[in-house]
This record gives sequence, structure tokens and C-alpha cells, in this order.
Amino acid sequence: MSFVQIITLVVAGVITDNVVLSQSLGICPFLGVSKKTDSAFGMGFAVTLVMLLSSIVCYLLYHYVLEPLSIEYLRTVAFILIIAVLVQILDIVLKKISPALYGSLGVFLALITTNCAVLGTANLVIDSGYNLIETMIEAVSVGLGFTLALLLMSTIRERIDSSENVPESFKGLPIALIVAALMAMAFSGFAGFSI
Amino acid sequence: MDKRIKDALLGGIISNPVFVLVLGTCPTIAKSTDVINALGLGLATAFVLICSNVFISLLRKVIPSSVRLPAYIVIIATFVTLVQLFLARFLPSLDESIGAFIPLIVVNCIILGRAEAFASKNSVGLSFLDGVSMGLGFTLAIVLLGAIRQGLTALGLAYFASSAGGFLVFGLVMAAFNKVISVIKDVKFEKTLLKEGD
Repeated sequence: MSFVQIITLVVAGVITDNVVLSQSLGICPFLGVSKKTDSAFGMGFAVTLVMLLSSIVCYLLYHYVLEPLSIEYLRTVAFILIIAVLVQILDIVLKKISPALYGSLGVFLALITTNCAVLGTANLVIDSGYNLIETMIEAVSVGLGFTLALLLMSTIRERIDSSENVPESFKGLPIALIVAALMAMAFSGFAGFSI
Repeated sequence: MDKRIKDALLGGIISNPVFVLVLGTCPTIAKSTDVINALGLGLATAFVLICSNVFISLLRKVIPSSVRLPAYIVIIATFVTLVQLFLARFLPSLDESIGAFIPLIVVNCIILGRAEAFASKNSVGLSFLDGVSMGLGFTLAIVLLGAIRQGLTALGLAYFASSAGGFLVFGLVMAAFNKVISVIKDVKFEKTLLKEGD
């Protein structure tokens, strides 16, 4: 595959088809963990890592086990189990080999199992018929797109939360959703953009 | 009526999964572009929620607590697969429009949340009622957003069909919901003040 194709996948994954702002996936952590920049960064990194690993494993499982046995209908059950197991393994491994990293990521790891962006990406790469290399590039760029959206949101929210001008009934999540709407609008400006 | 039954029945409104607990936001925003999609996804989620609540409640004494989350996820995923197969066979047009979001019901936090917070602690009957109430509460919320967005889109505002419009409508409706609840609380507070005054 050519360099241009790689760039196209990356730009689409990070910006034009941003997983949060244009695909509406992974909104729960986007709203829940975007109050502080540090935790936004940690969550984004953890999600990217799990997304990459789970997409690879799900890809291999689907093409080398489920398809040859023609039991594709077990895909949802199999994929979600893989994601849950991977998150658990990562939890154990990180605790053992890098306690510092675990300290900053630990809380977020458990939440990733129910992040629909992870399962969504695993399904997407199968439905789009990507090969293994494309799958890996796609997973990383979707993860980076998620991190970007989370970081942008957290920097805005840190300022909003310290502001006094938010009306009472808009405090907290409603104003965060309005901010997300404005961000999504800005990102939709990239929609016609292609290489 | 028994207080616990009443609580379970009113749960879908008072602690509405979408507007109060803020769970299941992804499908809410992604598939509330029109009423039919919203209704389809809402009912599919409600079906999975009711079935998984009943099943998990039946098995609550059998499942060891250390492996309960994987066990719940497998139970939920099984019902989701049933819905997927049903839609693909009997409602192909609906499957076309909301199909991508059906597998994602597995990771809808409402379902796992109710399994953990309610079905694993309560009897089968109560869990069933909780599933019905929460499922319908979710359906009501997503259909309400769907109706608003479809109406505005039909007026020529294509913006509301995009995900940006989804965020905006969701935020505004949630703010309105907060306002209504705070007004109700104020009224109740005034009433108790008046009573104490008597």
C-alpha cells in the first residue's frame, strides 16, 4: 500500500471522521473523563493502546477462526470477550512491569471495556474489509482522534468550570454538550476535505 | 402499592437513564436523527435490557462475584446477537439504518449498569419491572430527541441531522430537564415550608 493511502487513512481517522465528533462513538468517556487535561491524556493513551491490540486480535480471530468455521454470528460475543480479557491482561501486566504508568492509567483501564469506540472500531475494520496493516493504522488513528477530541474538550472545560457566567440549569453536562456541538461543527468543516 | 415496586416502575422517569444518569449517550446522539430509527434502537435496547435483567437476576446466586462482569457481558451479548439476527431476517430496512449500532448495545452502559446496580441484588419480578421502566425511559428519551431533530431537519435546518445538531439538542433538552426538576423541587420545598407554618 502506498504512502498516500496511509496518509488518507490517518487524516480520516484523526480529523474528518473523528470518532467522537463525527461518528458519535465513545461519548461517555468523552463527557465523563474530560474535566482535567491530565486524566484526558491518560484516558486517550489507554484507549489508543487497547484499540490497537483489540483490533489486531479481533481481526485475526475473525479471519482465521470465525470465518473458516462459518460462525460469524458469534462475532459480537467473541469481540466483547476479547476486549474484556485484553483490558484485564493489560491491567495485570502494567501493574507488574510499570507501576508508574499503571498509577496514572489504572482507573481508566476498567472503563475501557464499555467504551463503544473500541468495539465500534473492531467492527468497522472488519466491515470495511481492511487488511492487517490497514487495520493497525486505522486503529491507531481512531485512537489519536479520540485523544485529540478529549484533550480539546478538557482544556475548554477547565476554563468553563471556573467561570461564573454559566446559567444554573446549564451547569455541568448540558454546557459540555453545547461545547461539543460547537466543536463538532468546527470539525464538520473538514468533511469535504480529501487527499 | 409496595414502595419497592413503585420505585422500580418510576425509575425510568425519575432517574431517567439518558437525562439524569447520562448513560448510553452514544446511541442517543448517533441514532436520534429520526423517530423511526430512534424507536427501533430504543425498543431493541429495551428488549435486551429486560431479558438481561431477568436472566442475571435468576442467576444472581449462581454467578461467583469475582467473574460477574464477564458473565454479565456474555449474557448481554447473547441477547444482542438474537436481536441482530432477528432484525437482519425480518426488518432488513431498519437493519440497514441502525445495524451498525446494534452490536454496540453490548457496551451500552445502561444495561451493564442496571445489571450491576439492580438485577444482581433484586428478585426476578422487580428486575423485570426495572428493565421495563428503564428501557422505556431510554426509548422515550431517544424518541423525544429524534422527534425534535427530525422536525427541525424537516423545516430545512439540515444542521440538526448532523452529529453537531445531536449534541446541541441533547444539551438543550438536558438543561430543560434540569430546570423542570429544580422547579418541582422548589415547589415541594415551599409546600413543606407552608405546612410547617400552619
